[in-house]
Amino acid sequence: MINFVFSTQIMEYEIRPASKISLGLKELWEFRELFYFFTWRDIKVKYKQTILGILWAILQPFMLMLVFTMFFGQALGVHTDNNTPYPIFVYSGLLLWNIFSSGLANASNSMVSNSGIIKKIYFPRLIIPMSAILVALFDFLMALVVYIVILIYYGQAVNPNIIIYLPLSIFITILATFGLGTWLSAINVKYRDFRYVIPFLIQILLFLTPVIYPVSIIKFKWAQTILMLNPMAGAIDLLRSSVTHSAVNLQLVMTSLCVSILLFFAGLFYFRKTEYYFADLS
Amino acid sequence: MKPILEIKNISKKFRIDHELQPYLSLRDSVFSLFRRKNNHSTEDFWALKNVSFDVHPGESVGIIGKNGAGKSTLLKILSKITPPTEGKILSRGRIASLLEVGTGFHGELSGRENIFLNGSILGMKRKEIQKKFDEIVDFSGVEKFLDTPLKHYSSGMQLRLAFAVAAFLEPEILLIDEVLAVGDAEFQKKCLGKMEDVTKNEGRTVIFVSHNMTAMKTLCTRGVLLKNGSTANSGTMEEVIDYYLRESEKKHLVVNTFAENKKKEAQILKVSVIDENGSPAGSFDLNKPFSLVIEYDIRESITGLSVSVAIAQAGESQNIITSNEAELNPETLKTRQTGHYKSLIKFPEKLLNVGSYRLRIGITSHRTVYDVVDEIFIDIFDSVGIFQNLGYEKKNSILSMQFNWDTTRSN
Repeated sequence: MINFVFSTQIMEYEIRPASKISLGLKELWEFRELFYFFTWRDIKVKYKQTILGILWAILQPFMLMLVFTMFFGQALGVHTDNNTPYPIFVYSGLLLWNIFSSGLANASNSMVSNSGIIKKIYFPRLIIPMSAILVALFDFLMALVVYIVILIYYGQAVNPNIIIYLPLSIFITILATFGLGTWLSAINVKYRDFRYVIPFLIQILLFLTPVIYPVSIIKFKWAQTILMLNPMAGAIDLLRSSVTHSAVNLQLVMTSLCVSILLFFAGLFYFRKTEYYFADLS
Repeated sequence: MKPILEIKNISKKFRIDHELQPYLSLRDSVFSLFRRKNNHSTEDFWALKNVSFDVHPGESVGIIGKNGAGKSTLLKILSKITPPTEGKILSRGRIASLLEVGTGFHGELSGRENIFLNGSILGMKRKEIQKKFDEIVDFSGVEKFLDTPLKHYSSGMQLRLAFAVAAFLEPEILLIDEVLAVGDAEFQKKCLGKMEDVTKNEGRTVIFVSHNMTAMKTLCTRGVLLKNGSTANSGTMEEVIDYYLRESEKKHLVVNTFAENKKKEAQILKVSVIDENGSPAGSFDLNKPFSLVIEYDIRESITGLSVSVAIAQAGESQNIITSNEAELNPETLKTRQTGHYKSLIKFPEKLLNVGSYRLRIGITSHRTVYDVVDEIFIDIFDSVGIFQNLGYEKKNSILSMQFNWDTTRSN
């Protein structure tokens, strides 16, 4: 839609009917400050509105861990790889799962909840779902502190490869969250009743992801194949292998990486295709 | 000198789907897969059609026109919020748009934080905001409350703060949509003064959209009149405003007279809508009362005759308001003497919302329709524009009546 032509002194540009689909990275870079401000606003507002403030980001995964440990670890006796304590096992999964689930929830609502701004001011629309996902990443950093405390408490030895595995698993998670998140946010603008589907979708995905159970628990070959298509399965398996000292399921991780890259571009493409009309639709 | 902005054959099409809601729903889309396509009635609506004009550096251009003429759509295209369907715009400078004041303001954040957030949304760099921070605060006059959450500000204070941020924007081209008509008189004066400063002393290129013709005359050097999405006139602001006012009066036939038809037992001869000063007009300020004047002849004495008026939105058939002379005065139903009559119906201010309305006047009795006049149109505009500032085009209702809220808190 916008072609920048740099003349000798002044910047010229054109506004044309929407046609070309580009990543618009240059434009995103120009608006990096706005990106920062949106993220900062969302984090600030989120924690100002809760009584517990920033503590909430720590408490939330911790409570989930307790509940899951009680039901799946104690009552149902789910066997973990190498008999790793269940809290550590489940928390390694929750850590990444929370980026994914809250990132998805934040991003999918972001375009609608910012429609007032979208209708009045131009900026690369991608900033909005992106900063929504970044807020989830901020929560992750808080939760990471708890993770370290738990590891120390149980005296769990950690494989040094975590230095590579953790960033890589976060990378896969972010790609997948971004892809699915931008796609959902665009659909949400187009179809207003879609937002009712999203919490349900996230809930179902939780059980389709090896957060509370290990991948090895699944005995059927076909079920494992389906599980591979879930990018979160690989991400979680990768991070977990560092703390449970089990072998990395390389096939699973590579598939997850590919699926998440695919999701990333699919989401981005769909978002770019529809973003020009967001102001008309919302 | 090259124009700073070249607008070339800009057109914008909207598709109106008569069956669907304003926005899509997944349910409708899924169901429509199973339905046959041919019973779908969509209509293309051109909000803008082939609009072209150039703006030179330092010029201030005023765009005027009736509601729905395409002014806001043009500003939205210029500010890249929505793409044009056809045509192109060549810009040789940074454009900043001010389609409302306080875009992105957040109640939970403090005044200080909101200055940064809003400034950034409007396209200012953080360093720029820091540099002008003191000036902004000074202009807004809210320094005492800088660290108070915005939700505790009065609406006037929020407005002041919002305008202060906007006033210090320094793009090459500034687009302003109907935002100056807000706040109290003193504040308006301050804003207009600032705008004059921007256009005349700083020599910035500004494009204004406003209903406030007086302000447009002082602020703008050139004018463009839009009518049904096309350019109807352009020239100096004064010329264009004069043309617009003459045209709208001609079209509205501010005073509607009807040729005598002696065959009718009762006939409406003259209808006009007058403002509070008693002068006939075609458009009225939402914040001021207006009256309807009907002159009619009764040529035979008739019993049970009543004169009534119905108001509907232009293009709609459902009446919003009806009024009948006999409602409060049943005496008029008694046999009427022949002669020339004149009725004046007063409508209070803040009754009808912004928009176009059709007035229908009839002389009827229980069984007979003696005469009906159907094509009286009036426009209502809002010179205060509180709702534009809250981020809405207008109050979200057909009527614009306002009510007092008496809120008490108990624990």
